[in-house]
Amino acid sequence: MSSGDPKRTGRAKGYLQAFLFLLPGLILILLFFLAPVIITAVMGFTNMDYRFQWNFIGLGNFFRMADDFLIPKILINTLVYTFGTLAIFNVTFGLILALLTTSISERVGLFFRALWLLPRFTPPVVYAAIWLWILSPTRNGLLNGLRVAMGLRPIAWISQFPWGVIIITNGIIGASMGMLIFTSAIKAIPRDYLWAARVDGASWFQEVRHIVLPLIRWPLMFITAYQTLSLLTSYEYILLITQGGPFHASEVWSLYAYNKAFSAYAGTYEFGYAAALATVLVLIGTVASIAYWKIFRFREMMAQPRIEVS
Amino acid sequence: MASIRLERLTKKFGKVVAVNNLNLEVRDGEFIALLGPSGCGKTTTLLMIAGIYRPTEGNIYFDDVLVNDVAPKDRYVGLVFQSYALYPHMRVYDNIAFPLKLAKVPRKEIDRKVHEVAKLTKIEELLDRMPGQLSGGQQQRVALCRALVKEPEILLLDEPLSNLDARLRIETRAEIKRLQRELGITSILVTHDQVEALTMSERVAVMHQGVLQQYGPPDELYDRPRNLFVASFIGDPPMNLIPVEFKKTDGKPALVTDSFVLPLAEAWGEVLGQMDQGEFTLGIRPEDVRLSTEKEGNALLGEVFLTEPLGGGTLVHFRFGEISFRVLAPREIKVDVGDKLWIIPDQEKLHLFTKDGLSVREVGRQDAH
Repeated sequence: MSSGDPKRTGRAKGYLQAFLFLLPGLILILLFFLAPVIITAVMGFTNMDYRFQWNFIGLGNFFRMADDFLIPKILINTLVYTFGTLAIFNVTFGLILALLTTSISERVGLFFRALWLLPRFTPPVVYAAIWLWILSPTRNGLLNGLRVAMGLRPIAWISQFPWGVIIITNGIIGASMGMLIFTSAIKAIPRDYLWAARVDGASWFQEVRHIVLPLIRWPLMFITAYQTLSLLTSYEYILLITQGGPFHASEVWSLYAYNKAFSAYAGTYEFGYAAALATVLVLIGTVASIAYWKIFRFREMMAQPRIEVS
Repeated sequence: MASIRLERLTKKFGKVVAVNNLNLEVRDGEFIALLGPSGCGKTTTLLMIAGIYRPTEGNIYFDDVLVNDVAPKDRYVGLVFQSYALYPHMRVYDNIAFPLKLAKVPRKEIDRKVHEVAKLTKIEELLDRMPGQLSGGQQQRVALCRALVKEPEILLLDEPLSNLDARLRIETRAEIKRLQRELGITSILVTHDQVEALTMSERVAVMHQGVLQQYGPPDELYDRPRNLFVASFIGDPPMNLIPVEFKKTDGKPALVTDSFVLPLAEAWGEVLGQMDQGEFTLGIRPEDVRLSTEKEGNALLGEVFLTEPLGGGTLVHFRFGEISFRVLAPREIKVDVGDKLWIIPDQEKLHLFTKDGLSVREVGRQDAH
């Protein structure tokens, strides 16, 4: 046999092997991540409705989006919701929880962290129902019950503070993710650094500012980026608690797409338009990812592999 | 500068007693060492002095002021960690400046002090580097700078040399000693390495399982170990320790084992004769023994089992039944395996310990009180 350069065939064999190892993962990614995006994008160029016909209408859906008088409102809602929840709860409050529960005795800290995780184990519908009770505009709701007991008039919380409601209800549950990641990051800091800082004269705040925060910089940036993307696409608690109301006041992009596709109040099932909306959201998410990747310089976080694969 | 006094100091972690009823005094400007095997409570003691651990019981005084409830930052203590604990995200300069920055020292003043201390330890050219770019020895110096820059009254060193290679360790040993002398700062060195403790400090406190065994100048620990633990821990190569029985044969005092009989000097006979027990542990340092081809005085005949050339001399192993016995022979003496030699211990330098592990000398002293 006239086989070529043995070095070359060896390398080709190596690539084949690597490919075979990657194949199961690739299939999963293709099937569950890439395929839906492609199908959604293609669907975005049709006017598909409950009859499921692929009638391609070019950029029709995107022109419609540009004319949709609701879109500016939805966009602002989405930005306020995403960055409000992120800044107040998912990063800041998660960080405060992690700092506080690692500064007290281990057992008490663990108790509070477990407490904060409880909503994660609760079915979303139950969690939403509890909030509906707390925020009920009638005097039977928790908050209004308290107001009435103090001689004040009940307030229609959801109508009056739609942004506040969606940020708080999502943030209370969302903070636990950051809390967990930050807690483990803080615990991974060698205690010698913290002891050295204490001997060097640092107060608790100075210790946090000069030692802890710089040393958990990567987890902080990771949670910021990750939670931005997950908040951009999340809508289930908003759907359950405010339905995006009153009159789109708390409706975010992903919920708007959902409503266009599945909700009866939009009239027909506008799968085509909804798919176009979803495609735009995917694009926004992609742009945000790239921006975070550049701004946070995530490449620096990655190390070269220690072993050589030929 | 400050003196330190530990009074009945005890630290418990749950049920584990890490430090047990420790009494210790360090004079103003003195350099002492806490010496012991790992887990003996020496680092715990250091961290209590630094204010990082709270004592379970007992008191810590700096200059006769009780500091139990004083926060670490208000104790004017410099601490060098075994890991150095240089903040990895700060340049060397910022690491050293950190204590001053926290103390709100003006920037010019900080700059002056950082350069001054960097000059003292010869690391001026490293100030712009990150800790990750430094060698172990350089990191060690930076850690020392950070501890010294705030001009603390007390310097605490936790195994500062254990991460350095052998040669650098010897240099740094002398370097730290020189700095301590120059600055006259009260210092406590924690180490498991007896050479470090004996060479660097004026007094050494030997600890074992949280309990102070003996506290005194290096010579004293070496020449008059109070108990079996100190005797076995101090000295390299270690002391020969042999269980023996004290007997008088033909009216002459001797130490007897199954394998040999060592005649004793009369003075020892008198001391041991007064004790109400016959079983002792005999301790002989390998260097307190002469080897000879002829019998002289109170000697013991042995056959050479193994020789280890150490460069400066030869470590000669003898074996008596189950008992092995090491002798440090000067290099002029040529010894071969199988040689039969007389072992002549220096009778004045024998150590004898009671069944409780206490030195016979110590028992005598206690009786006298």
